[in-house]
Amino acid sequence: MWTDFKRIVRTGFVHFIRNGIVSIAPILIMTVTLFVVGSLIFMNALLDTTLEQIQNRVDVNIYFNSAADDGDVLAIKNSLDALAEVASVEYVSREQARDDFRERHKDDYLALQALEELDENPFPAALNVRAKETSQYESIARFLESRNALSTGGEIIIDKINYYQNKTVIDRLTKVINGAEKLGFAVTAVMALISVVIVFNTILLTIYVSREEISVMNLVGATPRYIRGPFIIEGMLYGIIASIIVMIFFYPATNWLGAITEEFFGGANIFDYYIGNFGRILGIITGSGILLGTLSSVLAVAKYLHR
Amino acid sequence: MIHFDNISKIYRNNTPVLKDINFSIDRGEFISIVGHSGAGKTTLLKILLAEERPTDGDVFFDSVRIHHLPRSEMVRFRQRVGTIFQDFRLLSNKTAYENIAFAMEAAGRTDDEIETDVPNVLELVDLGEQMWSFPHELSGGEKQRVAIARAIVNQPDVIIADEPTGNLDPINTYEIVQILKKINDLGATVMLTTHNKGVVDSIGRRVITMERGKIIRDDQKGKYAL
Repeated sequence: MWTDFKRIVRTGFVHFIRNGIVSIAPILIMTVTLFVVGSLIFMNALLDTTLEQIQNRVDVNIYFNSAADDGDVLAIKNSLDALAEVASVEYVSREQARDDFRERHKDDYLALQALEELDENPFPAALNVRAKETSQYESIARFLESRNALSTGGEIIIDKINYYQNKTVIDRLTKVINGAEKLGFAVTAVMALISVVIVFNTILLTIYVSREEISVMNLVGATPRYIRGPFIIEGMLYGIIASIIVMIFFYPATNWLGAITEEFFGGANIFDYYIGNFGRILGIITGSGILLGTLSSVLAVAKYLHR
Repeated sequence: MIHFDNISKIYRNNTPVLKDINFSIDRGEFISIVGHSGAGKTTLLKILLAEERPTDGDVFFDSVRIHHLPRSEMVRFRQRVGTIFQDFRLLSNKTAYENIAFAMEAAGRTDDEIETDVPNVLELVDLGEQMWSFPHELSGGEKQRVAIARAIVNQPDVIIADEPTGNLDPINTYEIVQILKKINDLGATVMLTTHNKGVVDSIGRRVITMERGKIIRDDQKGKYAL
């Protein structure tokens, strides 16, 4: 068994080297295919980062009236924190709200003077709630409307929830995000399918040249495993070499595009993503190459491996 | 040892190639099958090698119906049969040594056996010097001798030679026939198809003559009679 395995691997390597120019076509096609796979990974990463940034800009603000003390507000904060849909809850005290106003209007003398003339702090305490998904804001708003959330000791302490003012924008954004994710998946699936068909046909053509060889192997009594093995090794080698070429190519390409994507996609640097996820990208590209080469070889040899 | 039992072969376009073929071959026989092109000689050999299935009838090899063998048994059956073809059918990307070693590897022989037997069998067919040559670097006669070495290296029970001298000059033809006779003398059954009168007459053994898919003569010590 081990001897057979060694012989199959050795024969696969020898075939690959001796095939010379014949090996170039499948390697080139597979390089293009893996380049498409890699590009889809980067596009998905950019899409995810962009959508995440948009999602992070959306939140719901709960403004409390003057009857609410810190304990009431923190009790609601804790109950919101316990919700599965909630990503974060930020508490802004009345003092903090006033300080923020001062900071924002530090160059606006009139606004600051107006604030100083008031007897008491006019700013309400607030909670800024961020959901994990934009579609979850509605259920959070419903939770806040419930009696337990709105009152403490029977008294209404929430003055305003701005979800309903932002509802149209949030709903539209939810649709855009869902649509973009579905489109991204569909494009990835279609491109991957086209790539598989092209690679399969190229390897089929390469093995077509060897159909006489396969019939001779059959005649000298080689087992199907022994006939198929070296072709599978060749297919794997196509995938490995193509993935090395693609990974090398992505280094200068993402380096060049990094600054452009950072500016265009608001902070998403594709080169940083490439370096930060090198192991994962290498794994996906090489794995796809090996899988594609192996599968195509198995199917192509099966076409000529009859009795 | 081998028995063709009422073998008929009709291709999809309804062309009959073989009609009611019945004959047996004993162990150690040297049998020549002669006939014009299209007589059905090659189809008969393809059926024996299970490259094609008969439309009717069975081929028995040591009382086993070869077309009913499971795949694993078929592999073992083919290892008991050595084949030689007019077009040599060598693996073009392997050297003479590797072509022969491949047949041994396929039969599950060890590396030590391969390292010993391949040079020996190449010496036997007088090709010791060309051991590391690729097929395109060899002459027609040399290629055929590599094919013979590959066919005999696993010491098969039967050698099937389909027009082995068809592409060779008279000198190489003579040498190949001498090698086949030597193999037969060592105990292997040899089944040869040819339409070379000189070859058949020089062998002087059993001759089956075919015409339009039928056997018209079966002579134990025959001559070419077409």
